[in-house]
Formats: sequence, structure tokens, C-alpha cells
Amino acid sequence: MSLTAKDVAEITRLLEDSSFSELHLEFDGMKLSISRQAPSGDAGLPVAAPAVLSAVLPSSAATTPVAEDSRSSDGVHVVVAPLLGTFYRAPKPGSAPFVQTGSAVEENTIVGIIEVMKLMNTVRAGAKGSVREIVAIDGVLVEFGQPLLRIDKSP
Amino acid sequence: MRIKRILIANRGEIAVRIIRTCRELGIETVLAASQADSDSLPARLADRTICIGPAQASQSYLKAETMVHAAMASRADAIHPGYGFLAERAAFARLCEREKMIFIGPTAEQIDAVGDKLCAREKAEAARVPVVPGGAVTSTKGALALARKVGTPLLVKAVGGGGGRGMKRVDDLSALPEQLELAAAEAGAAFGDARVYLERLITPGRHVEVQILGDGRGGVIHLGERDCSVQRRYQKLIEETPAPDLPESLRQRLHEAAMRFAQGLSYRGAGTVEFLVDRPQESFYFLEMNARIQVEHPVTEAVTGIDLIAEQIAIAEGAGLRMAQADVQPHGCAIECRVNAEDPAQDFRPSPGLVTQATWPSGSGIRVDTYVTSGCRIPPYYDSLMAKIIARGPNRMTALQRMRQAIADTRISGVASNLRFQARLLADAEFAEGGVDTGFVARALTRIV
Repeated sequence: MSLTAKDVAEITRLLEDSSFSELHLEFDGMKLSISRQAPSGDAGLPVAAPAVLSAVLPSSAATTPVAEDSRSSDGVHVVVAPLLGTFYRAPKPGSAPFVQTGSAVEENTIVGIIEVMKLMNTVRAGAKGSVREIVAIDGVLVEFGQPLLRIDKSP
Repeated sequence: MRIKRILIANRGEIAVRIIRTCRELGIETVLAASQADSDSLPARLADRTICIGPAQASQSYLKAETMVHAAMASRADAIHPGYGFLAERAAFARLCEREKMIFIGPTAEQIDAVGDKLCAREKAEAARVPVVPGGAVTSTKGALALARKVGTPLLVKAVGGGGGRGMKRVDDLSALPEQLELAAAEAGAAFGDARVYLERLITPGRHVEVQILGDGRGGVIHLGERDCSVQRRYQKLIEETPAPDLPESLRQRLHEAAMRFAQGLSYRGAGTVEFLVDRPQESFYFLEMNARIQVEHPVTEAVTGIDLIAEQIAIAEGAGLRMAQADVQPHGCAIECRVNAEDPAQDFRPSPGLVTQATWPSGSGIRVDTYVTSGCRIPPYYDSLMAKIIARGPNRMTALQRMRQAIADTRISGVASNLRFQARLLADAEFAEGGVDTGFVARALTRIV
């Protein structure tokens, strides 16, 4: 028995609807670990943390990865990495990416995953609209606060 | 294996210190920095800096998985943990071992053995190293019985860690139950381990520690001792080597005891064995072992000429000990002062903020380890150590004179510092005479304030 991308998406949804923050599944020599991205509980709002920090530390904000172009403006919402890890656009190699340029997204839509030591952390759009641009490269290390994609917000 | 790239899992002055040695050795550096440190001096000196998380250490410098992932993704061969943060977390060392990432330090097992202070006491006894009378606490009733046997004054200490946290002094046994509870609560919060133990308080005592290097196969050498008796609330302020006013036979017994302890563990890397020295009795007791590079390591480097970070790296590469005991020939004396961003006038409250001006001393025999430059910011999230000033001289008087001048030449504006306080300690006649006990700062405070 093996897991399909659909199964993983379904399991992810189950975890998200539950009160648990982590899920570990092991069977037939296969292992799946899923965790919510931020232990602080703001899992659905990846952009919140860097924005707040910039306000607290104005001197360092300009030089962090959360620079001008990564800041969300009126019409555009920038999804930034909520943690350091390897960014993946698809649930597994070979399967269709979560979103493409032009995809319509809701605030809760999963737009990618960030892997830290085989733990998969979901990244959500955080805004309603359509994907304008995917900035981060699939399978590459992203730093905390690094822009991943831009979303044209719908009113 | 030759290490070509190191991920530095730390910040501040020790990150700068590690980068300097790596540059000398031609090793590339990747600095894992929090968002608050992305524009720090080490971030500018490192070959590459990656932002590992927000300012809070729990979300950045203490994230073991993130660190190892960052090291692997940046193709580093090894991780240098510095001191504090992940340096003595056995789980982190274990994760590195599992992922075949070189951890520049001891094995996870060794960290566990010395991290559990009760276990360390047992190892000391097994190595015929004297320990302070005391023992484990399992119940209040048992603690009272043990305390009666040990006698007062005594200390309640945390099994899970040191640094003064979870440590309580008890002079009257009626206060013991309450202090046990306080210490357990503090220890639980600081180390995630609420276990405490009792030790007789040896007073007046001196804090003397021995620097050792081990090859991990039972080979151990020592690099002399450091006297760290100048402490305020268990926080070291001034360290020096050699320890002043110590009979030669006692000094030798300390070195041998430290080596026996480390040999018993087949210790790997740089480590420090701490002792409490009862000078009048010419006796000493094992306190704990620190399984990391220490803040005050530069005084040892100043007199031996040995780069301890380079030796850590060599041992991690598997090169073993590159020198024999006879090759370690200390010359002269060295003193170190810690310059902290804290305000002595306000009960040493930390004073983070913008450093408008920083002027560091220079001159014969002076070394400054710092990350603070004019215009830099001291973040409020971490410890207040701004710099270490080290003065070396052919004898203690010269080293002390150089240190006094160095402190006088240092200017820090924008944030409060303990510079004037340090200047007064250095000017104190008792310190000048040498060989003060750990009660010195408290006594000096009543003279100064």
C-alpha cells in the first residue's frame, strides 16, 4: 500500500481540522510526518511574523530577507517563507504543483510546502486572489522571511 | 576528513571568533543568523549568511532541525555550535550524528554524561576526583535528612544545568523546603528538568577551572587553569590565568584531576572541568564539566599561543591531538574582562539598543573579541555580552596594568555598560593582590556603591 498525492492532501486536511499540531504515520516501511508551520498557532498567516518584527526592529528590517519588494502592498500580497527549509511546489516529485501562475487561491489554499528534516510544513496563500508570480525555486533552500510567491488580491 | 565549510550555529562575539579562525584555515563559513542578527558583524564577515528564523532564540538559534537542515542544504561539512544555545544539547549532537553531519564538540553521550550533574558527580567519584559533600534529592523528607548530614550553609542546585539557574542558598534548614521548591521551579523552566540536588556551600572558595583537550580515544592534555572567582550572582566578570596565589602542588593536582575526569569519559574536543578550591585547606572539589568552548577561552590562548577553535576543528576532523603535554608551555599572565550592555546603577539591568559609538582599545598585549561596532544594535533577545577584552603581560602586574589602561581607553555610547564597574574592580586593592574568593564582588560592591 502506498500513499497518493490525494491521500496526503486528505490527511493534511484532517490534521488541519483537528486540534493537533503534528501527525506521524508509519506503515509498510513508509513514514509520513506532517506538522503545522508555526508553534505559536498562527499557522494560517505566514506573513504575520516578519511584518510584526519589521515594526519592532526598524533598523534591521531593511537588511533582512523581508526587504521592500517582499512587502505586501495594496493590490499584491507576498507569501514569505514562515521558516527556513527546502521549498517544494508539489506534494511529491512528479505530481502536479499546488498552484501555478494564474491559479485562483483562497486564504487557506496550500501554495507549497517547506521541508525541515523530513518534516513537511504547509504554506498557505494568506490572501484571496490569483497567483501573479512564483518567486521561489522548487527544491531549493529558502530562508526565513524569503518571498515565495506574489498574489494579486481580489477585492 | 578535511572540513571545508562550517555552519556557525551562533551569534555575537563567538561567531566572529570562529569566523576568524576559519579564515586563517581557509575554511568557508556559513552563518545561521536570526532575523535580528542578519546585519550583524559576523553576518558581514561570513562567506554566506542564511536567515534561520525570527529573533526569538526558541524560533531560531535553538531550532535543532532547522540548523541541521540549513547545514546540509548549504553543503557544510560541520557545525560549530559556539557556546550556549545548542552547544550542550545532547539531542542536537545526536541529530548531527544521525545525519552524518560533523558536530564540532563532544559526542551526544558525553554531553549527556556531564549535562546531568548527578551523573557527572558519579563519574568524578569514579575518577577519584573529590566532590562536594551532598547528593540527590528525591523527597523533602529525604532532603532534610541529607541536609542534616551535610550541614549548612548549603546549595540547592539543578541536575539539568548550571550557570546559577536553579541554584539557591540555604543557611537555615527551616528554609529548605521552600528553597527546594523555588529551585525546582527555576530548574524546570530553564532546563526542562526540575530535579535538584544538594551540595555543601564551601565558603570562602575560589572558582578555578582547567582547560582540557581530548582526542575521543582516551588521549587528554590540559592547557592550564583559569581563575574565575570574580563573579556576580554566579556570572563571571573577570577571568585570568594562571590562577594567582596557588601552591604549585595544588595547581598540579587540579590539572591531573581534570585529566583523569576527561580520560574517564574518553572525552572528545575542548572542555573545561570546574573546581571549587578551598585555598586555606589546600583542597578542591569537582563542580561540573562544560562540554564546549568557553567564553573565557582567550586567556588560555593568550598564554599558550594555541588556537583552541583550530584544535576543536582538528579534533572534529579526526586529526586527534596535534601536540603533546610537553608542547604546552604557557608564558606570562592574561586577564579577561567581560564588557556587558548592562547598567550597574540599575541593578545590572540589560541595556539593549543602538550603539552610537564604540571605540575598542589596542596596544601591546591587548586583544578584543567583539561584534560591536559604532552604529550597531544590541538586540534585546540574547545575552548582554558585547565584548571581551584580554590583556597579556610577562607577569600579572603588567597584564593588570594593561587591562586597566585598556578599559580606560574603551568608549561605548548609546547603551549602558559595565565598563566603569569593571574599572573599579580592577583598581581594587584586594583584586590587585590576587587570589580573591567568589565573595569578592559582593564585598567590592559595598565599597564601590
